Amino acid sequence: MNYWPLLGIAVVVCGFALRLNPALVVVAAGIVSGLLAGLPIDELLTLLGRSFVSNRILLLFVLTLPTIGLLERAGLREHAHAWVARLRNLTLARLLVAYLGLRQLLSMLGLRDLAGHAQTVRPLLAPMAEAAADKIDPALSTDERDKVKALAAATDNVGLFFGEDVFLAFGAVLLIQGFYAQHAIELDPRSIAMWGLPTAIAAFVIHALRIVIYQRRLIGKCGQGRPLRDFAITDDRKGNDAN
Amino acid sequence: MRIEYVYWVCGAILATCAALDLRAGRFAVAAFWAILAASFLGGDAILSAATAGNTLPAQLVGLGVIALALIAGSGRLRVQPEIPLDADAARRRESAAALGNRLFVPALVIPFGTLALVLLHPYMHWNGVSLLDPRQATLTALGLACVFAAAVTLTMTRATPAVALGETSRLLNTLSWAALLPMLLATLGAVFAATGVGDAVAHVVTQVIPADSRVASLLAYAFGMVIFTVIMGNAFAAFPVMTAGIGLPLLIVQHHANPAALGALGMLCGYCGTLLTPMAANYNVVPAALLELRNPNGVIRAQWPTAVCLFTANLLLMNFFAFP
Repeated sequence: MNYWPLLGIAVVVCGFALRLNPALVVVAAGIVSGLLAGLPIDELLTLLGRSFVSNRILLLFVLTLPTIGLLERAGLREHAHAWVARLRNLTLARLLVAYLGLRQLLSMLGLRDLAGHAQTVRPLLAPMAEAAADKIDPALSTDERDKVKALAAATDNVGLFFGEDVFLAFGAVLLIQGFYAQHAIELDPRSIAMWGLPTAIAAFVIHALRIVIYQRRLIGKCGQGRPLRDFAITDDRKGNDAN
Repeated sequence: MRIEYVYWVCGAILATCAALDLRAGRFAVAAFWAILAASFLGGDAILSAATAGNTLPAQLVGLGVIALALIAGSGRLRVQPEIPLDADAARRRESAAALGNRLFVPALVIPFGTLALVLLHPYMHWNGVSLLDPRQATLTALGLACVFAAAVTLTMTRATPAVALGETSRLLNTLSWAALLPMLLATLGAVFAATGVGDAVAHVVTQVIPADSRVASLLAYAFGMVIFTVIMGNAFAAFPVMTAGIGLPLLIVQHHANPAALGALGMLCGYCGTLLTPMAANYNVVPAALLELRNPNGVIRAQWPTAVCLFTANLLLMNFFAFP
């Protein structure tokens, strides 16, 4: 067995550790691994080109950019912000936990591309989460604001990952079934998807708890621990801002 | 309709952004998006030529990939962020107040339009030609819904298409090389598969674990899935390697694990790894760029505690369900 191509992994690890540009690191790792495996240059270039073109699907989110760009120019984020600020009972935790549950359910039905970082998180969820955090402390630091936005993105990821594998026709289930079939173990996709359910529930509970804990910490950090009574004041201020 | 048409729209958008950067004198940025646009516009032709035995176009794309990496690595992609003007912010607030909840409509047209098209898909065909690409129904639907949403937004905001493309270019330059990373990583995955990296890893792992111990084998399988996913950025790449190397010979054959439960929960261990790695760029790096976080690892920092807790829970579930 030829162990030399493993150095490609070393290139990735070192490149990321040295904080070199990830795009450069990844392509360099591919070239190193290919050359060490003894691939001739022309075959390596063909392999790179073919697999790059075959994975165009991963850049499909570019299609959402014209809509999102225009909407942002027309004030979508400002409006999402004002909208959440007006809803008295919509706290940060309730918003994110509801999104988590919804995203999991939709992915379980196979609707994984319905939501996503470009489709829903940047234009809607992130500004809404920021607005909900503003109700707790209107003078959030940029760092804290980044944390709220990152938590929104993380919520989308957790909801997607731990919902989709319960869906029968999803790639993961079919990959597992196909793999076993190759090794003479015949399984029904249903019997595989079923085992995704306990982890899906665990994922919801764990991430929802973390969201609630984060909100508690945020309330604690702003010192008073009485954000609910401040809502009315914050609402008025935001309402005026929006007009 | 084929998914290829959706790629062509993508390619056209990228080409326009390249032209806008060229006009603004950002030559490296323009070259970057132009190379990408070319591989989108010519994608189908390149793949069918390669299948027919003419690999020259694919080799040119290979050179293009190297050029993209070099441009990204040169640091010339950084576009000076425009200083946010107070006038712009005021205009946006005014527009938000005027349009109100109507602003949500196009944003919701994308998901619900996709859903409607997918649900109506079985009924939409003329003379045996289906409206959506049967192999990629959801993504073709997403593409159509995006075009439709853009049209709705243009009508609603009375903006010109030129403004829309200018905004697209602004967003694309915010994303910069992060937009490309998912495609590059998938390419690396293909190279690793072709050069036998996976088999070599599995070979090394099986030589170090004590095969007689059920717990040790289970831990090696679970941690192997996580670590290999972290390296490859993709649980799908890790699953066949780890299951062929450890899961099948040790856990299923030797220790009689339930294959369905072991496979499903093993894959989910890999998913916990996906939450931890910058190699899963489309989930962890692209959103950090999209949300303009100052720390490119911000999303991973927000989700690692979930990943660690969930991995522990998953490990216990695996020990419980796979060995009845």
